Amino acid sequence: MKNLFTYELELPVNDQDQIAGPENAKITIVEYGDYECPHCKMAMPIVKRIKEDYGDDLRLVFRNFPLTQIHKFANDAARAAELAGEYDKFWEMHELIFRNQDQLDIDHLIDYAKQLGIDSDEFSARLEQNEKVEKVKSDFMSGVESGVNGTPSFFVNGKKYEGSWEYEDFSKILKEL
Amino acid sequence: MKKNKLLEAGTEIPDFTLRIGNGNGDDHKDNFMTLSDHRGQNVILAFYPADWSAVCGNQMMLYNELIPMFENYNAVIYGISVDGTHCHAAFKEHNNMTIPLLCDFEPKGEISKLLGVYNHEKGFCERALFVIDKNGIIQWSHVSPMDVNPGAKEILETLKNIEK
Repeated sequence: MKNLFTYELELPVNDQDQIAGPENAKITIVEYGDYECPHCKMAMPIVKRIKEDYGDDLRLVFRNFPLTQIHKFANDAARAAELAGEYDKFWEMHELIFRNQDQLDIDHLIDYAKQLGIDSDEFSARLEQNEKVEKVKSDFMSGVESGVNGTPSFFVNGKKYEGSWEYEDFSKILKEL
Repeated sequence: MKKNKLLEAGTEIPDFTLRIGNGNGDDHKDNFMTLSDHRGQNVILAFYPADWSAVCGNQMMLYNELIPMFENYNAVIYGISVDGTHCHAAFKEHNNMTIPLLCDFEPKGEISKLLGVYNHEKGFCERALFVIDKNGIIQWSHVSPMDVNPGAKEILETLKNIEK
């Protein structure tokens, strides 16, 4: 039988991460994703539903793994989401970006921030100053070092999960933990 | 069923020349890659079963993204499959990739067989990785299950060890 859990998460969850849920949650899921990846878009509502099922028993972390050579908007989208995090709007921005995956140029990204009540002039200036470039890059490198081979990749309690992330399959695996 | 033996770490890699899959069928030397021309550089060879299949695509896209990282370790990377030059070129263009892809096309699978990574049953090469040092010595080799994208963790670890 295929081994469902393989590589170790090399970089533990830390205060640089985008986190939803308490530190002492029974389950921690770390997702490596790319905002322009269609599979990540499909996974977003599934992960959201799983988080809702578990409430405070689950801690969700999102790290960036943009394939910038093939997805030309992925890096800016990742930076915009990270930046929205500084206004406590990371998860709202995260969802908005995935829902509008076919419109991720800078103007649209700024507009999404605006929709969330973020000062768009300031947001735009900060994006232009290349803020969050290093964060996105370090997310990416931590993913490579942890054996991330594509997106989305999920680590459950520190181990890379190789099984299906369809809602029924993923839920069943989590229940068995 | 014929079975090849994977060339393992410590072995000197046999030299070979393969056509680069750039969509150009001319026999000009620029359309070929000769491994020994890379002496003095580390070389990563990433054998994969076929252009266009989902897992392979992801793997080559990941390596394409990592080209600057590999360059930091004085390494070049080549993808290799039994597909021909026009197939490779279309595959790269479709995915906006710059990673060079080599054609183990004629005689089919010759180099895959030489390195012990040809799947005689399926008629294409295994999903296999080689990291070769500046002197042409294999430092790490690995065959993954067909449906598993091996990522890049071990490639980077091997390069770090070579370069330290």
